[in-house]
Amino acid sequence: MDITLFTTIVFLGSLLAGFLGALTGLGGGVVVVPLLTLALGVDIRYAVGASLVSVIATSSGAAAAYVREGFSNIRIGMFLEIATTFGALVGAYLATRLQTHIIGLIFGLVLLFSAFFSAREPAQVQGEDAPDQLAHWLKLEGSYPSEKGEQHYRARHVPLGFGVMFGAGTLSGLLGIGSGALKVLAMDQAMRLPFKVSTTTSNFMIGVTGAASAGIYLSRGFISPGLAMPVMLGVLAGSLLGARVLVRAHSRSIRLVFSLVVVALGIEMVFNALTGRL
Amino acid sequence: MITDYQVERSISVLLRTGVLLAAMVVLVGGILYLAHHGSAHPNYHAFQSERAELRSPGAVVRSALSGRSDAIIQLGLLLLILTPIARVAFSVVAFGFERDRMYVILTLIVLGVLLYSLIAA
Repeated sequence: MDITLFTTIVFLGSLLAGFLGALTGLGGGVVVVPLLTLALGVDIRYAVGASLVSVIATSSGAAAAYVREGFSNIRIGMFLEIATTFGALVGAYLATRLQTHIIGLIFGLVLLFSAFFSAREPAQVQGEDAPDQLAHWLKLEGSYPSEKGEQHYRARHVPLGFGVMFGAGTLSGLLGIGSGALKVLAMDQAMRLPFKVSTTTSNFMIGVTGAASAGIYLSRGFISPGLAMPVMLGVLAGSLLGARVLVRAHSRSIRLVFSLVVVALGIEMVFNALTGRL
Repeated sequence: MITDYQVERSISVLLRTGVLLAAMVVLVGGILYLAHHGSAHPNYHAFQSERAELRSPGAVVRSALSGRSDAIIQLGLLLLILTPIARVAFSVVAFGFERDRMYVILTLIVLGVLLYSLIAA
């Protein structure tokens, strides 16, 4: 196989990954790394480097659509980015130290978790907690438009959310993924923020988190231009296309199929890692 | 008075422009790369760190200016990495205009981490 054919295959695979990732909300990164490592035999460090670049592109490229709706919260995002960027530094350093089969094993387990997370109905946690003084002091509050007019909200359990965000950043830096699912979990389940606010703010944060580990990836030679080029262009084009279709199509069955694919990839990653093939 | 919404609008324009510019540079570099190296064999099985010219911002810019196709791709990727960093820098200024000293400081911490990763790490 020559470079032209290789690049074409990687581009088409990334296009599909970006498209399905946008439709299902799982993001393209979770499929790109298994595609490159399992199907094309790419070393996981190159795969993670290329995937991270595509994650930054998708997050930044989709931001305009989210901002127009007026749900994302800059202050909450910026405050939590302190946790995710420090986490991303730790994750990127781990990626340069850990053996590849350990990275592969963690990746496989994260895939299984993501599939489980996306298949479950988002449980809206209700109930009144005591007002959070820390959230008030840090201005972690806002309002969003709804049918009933402006709805006010304020974050709760700030230290817990901050801690989960640090974990999300670490996984992002270690595996070259956006960790969108975990970021949403931190905001919607831990900090009790409205689901829409959580998802849009999470998307906003992914690019900044990615940039924090990208510098380390670059200096350690994880970002290989010949590989990152088709991955970045493919995932970006696919996700922009997916975001357009998403508005029209209700994607329940696509979600299910994609979740099954992710489970299969997760099992294969874990198996290959344990048998020393990664 | 600048509202949060206006700030977010400007940020989204900044992000889109950055990504579009980065993608175009990557595309141009990619076409040149395939024209020069398209018939060679890819080798990503065994990890060997990329060449030094492709590993630091300054070296990437110099190498890209000399016309090397893989360095032009890398320059596009560098622009992409700089896009969210520019957005954080922009937020520092925006919080400054709003006289929100606490968030100027919090945002500067994030900016510091990003610059450390890109330059010092």
